[in-house]
Amino acid sequence: MTVNGRTHVIVHEARVSLLDLLREQMALPGTKKGCNEGACGACTVLLDGARINACMTLAAACDGRAIVTVEGLASADGTLDAVQRAFIAEDAFQCGYCTPGQIVSAVACIREGHAGSATEIAEWMSGNLCRCAAYPQIVAAVERAAAELGAAGRAVHPSGAVQPATVLSVRAG
Amino acid sequence: MRNFTYGHAASIGDAVSAAAGGAALAAGTTELLNWMRLGIAHPERVVDVSRLPELDGIRAEGGRLVIGALATLGAVGAHALVRERAPVLAEACLRAASPQLRNRATLGGNVLQRTRCPYFRAEAPVPERMPWACNKRVAGSGCSALEGGWDRAALFGWTDACVATQPSDPAVALSALGAEAEIQGPRGVRRIAMNAFHLTQEEAARTAPTSNTAAFGVETQLRSDEIILRYHVPADAASRRSAYLKVRERESYEYAMVSAAACLDATDGRIRQLRLALGSVAQKPMRLTEAEARLRDAPLSEATIRAAIVAALGAARPLPGQAWKTKLVENAAVRAVLTAGGIA
Repeated sequence: MTVNGRTHVIVHEARVSLLDLLREQMALPGTKKGCNEGACGACTVLLDGARINACMTLAAACDGRAIVTVEGLASADGTLDAVQRAFIAEDAFQCGYCTPGQIVSAVACIREGHAGSATEIAEWMSGNLCRCAAYPQIVAAVERAAAELGAAGRAVHPSGAVQPATVLSVRAG
Repeated sequence: MRNFTYGHAASIGDAVSAAAGGAALAAGTTELLNWMRLGIAHPERVVDVSRLPELDGIRAEGGRLVIGALATLGAVGAHALVRERAPVLAEACLRAASPQLRNRATLGGNVLQRTRCPYFRAEAPVPERMPWACNKRVAGSGCSALEGGWDRAALFGWTDACVATQPSDPAVALSALGAEAEIQGPRGVRRIAMNAFHLTQEEAARTAPTSNTAAFGVETQLRSDEIILRYHVPADAASRRSAYLKVRERESYEYAMVSAAACLDATDGRIRQLRLALGSVAQKPMRLTEAEARLRDAPLSEATIRAAIVAALGAARPLPGQAWKTKLVENAAVRAVLTAGGIA
C-alpha cells in the first residue's frame, strides 16, 4: 500500500486493522486510537481520497491502495496544510487527542463540498467526537479553511459523489 | 480478536463456495469487525468480495434503479439518479452512521447488520462469560431486554425469547420502495422482496420449527451460502416522491428511535398510491399494507392519513413503560407521508 506518498510492502497478521498497522508497525502515531469501534473518528484517514475509520478497516483490505494520514498533510518542508493552520488560528482543540482525526476529516469535508455553513459542517463533521466540546472552535476552523481554499478546495464528481482518485497533496516519497 | 485467514474472492462463484464452506464474506467490514471484537462471530476464514466488479455500480435500467451490493451508503446518498428517482433511499443512507462509515459501509452489508440491543452487543469473548441473558448470544439463556427497559425494543412480531429490532435505515427505505434483492447461492440466482427479506421473531420461529433455539439466529431469508448481488428498485411515481423521517435522541450520528419511509403518488389532493414502512419497531421494516390499501384514492389530508395509520398500529404490543413509542411511530408515519406529499 501507499502511505503518505510512499509505497510499502508489509507482512502482518490478517486481523490487524489499518489503525494498528499505522500506529504500531509504521511509526505513524498521529492517527489516534479512541473507541476502536467506529464511534469517535479519532482514527480518521483518507483511503483513495475518501475519509474512513482506520479502526474499522482491515489493513489487508488496503492492499494496493493509497492512504493519507495526518502526518501526510503538511508539505515536505514542514509547511502546514490550510486546515492545520486554521485549527491553530481558531484554537480548535483542548486535549488534542481527537484533533488529528478532526483535521483529516475536515480536509475531506471541505473537498466534498460539505462546508457551506456552520450547520452543514456540524452535520458532516459529526463522525468526529470531541469530548472537550471544542465544537464552536472546530466549526470556525473548518469555515476558515474552507474560505481560504475556496472553490479550488473542492473536488466533487458531477454525480455529486466524491471523486475517489482525487487525493490531496501528499508529501513527496 | 481471534486470528483468521484472509483472501479475496476471484468471482461470485468463489464467494458462494467460500460462504458455503463457512467463510465470512466481507466488504466494508464496518459491522463484521465489531462482531469479531465483541465475540459475536469467530470466522476462521474471511473472504473479501469488495473487488468483484459485478457487484458494483448504480444505474437505471428499464424504469428501475439497479444498485450493486458494493455501492457504499455515501455513494448511494450522493448519486444523482437515486436522489432524483428514489429520494427516500438517498435520505436514509445519508442519515445512517457518519461520513467515514458511509464511505466504507455497503448497501449489501448494511441490511445484514444486527440489532443494537445492548444485551446482544455486550463484549464477551466466550459465550460462557456472557454477563447476562441473551438468546441471540447463548440460545436458551433468556432475554434480558424483556425487562431491561431497552427503549428500542420491538412493538411488533416479538416473542418472549427476543424483542430485538433491526436498526438499518436503508432497509426501511428499500421496503417502502418495493425493492427486491437479487441473490446468488449454489442453486442459482433468486430474488427476495425487501418487504419479506427480514423476519420478525415470530416469523423466524415458524421458519425454523425443528428447534426453538435455532430461531434466534435466523433474522433474514438470506441463507448462509448466499450473497446479495444487487438491488432492483422501482423508480415509479411514488418512488420519485418519497421521504424518510428518522427520529433519534440526537440530531446526527445516532440510530433511530423510530423511522418512517413513505413513497407517495398523489394528484389533485388524492392519494393514488402509498407505500409506507416503519423502522426500529420490529426485527424487520414493517410495511403498513392495510393502511396503504385503505388510503388508496383517499384525500391527502392529515386526518385521513392519521386514522388509517392509527388503525394499522392497533396490533402494536409495547413493553411495559413503552406505550409512548406507539404514539411516536404514529406521528413519524403521519409526518413522513405529509412530507412526501409536500404538505409538512
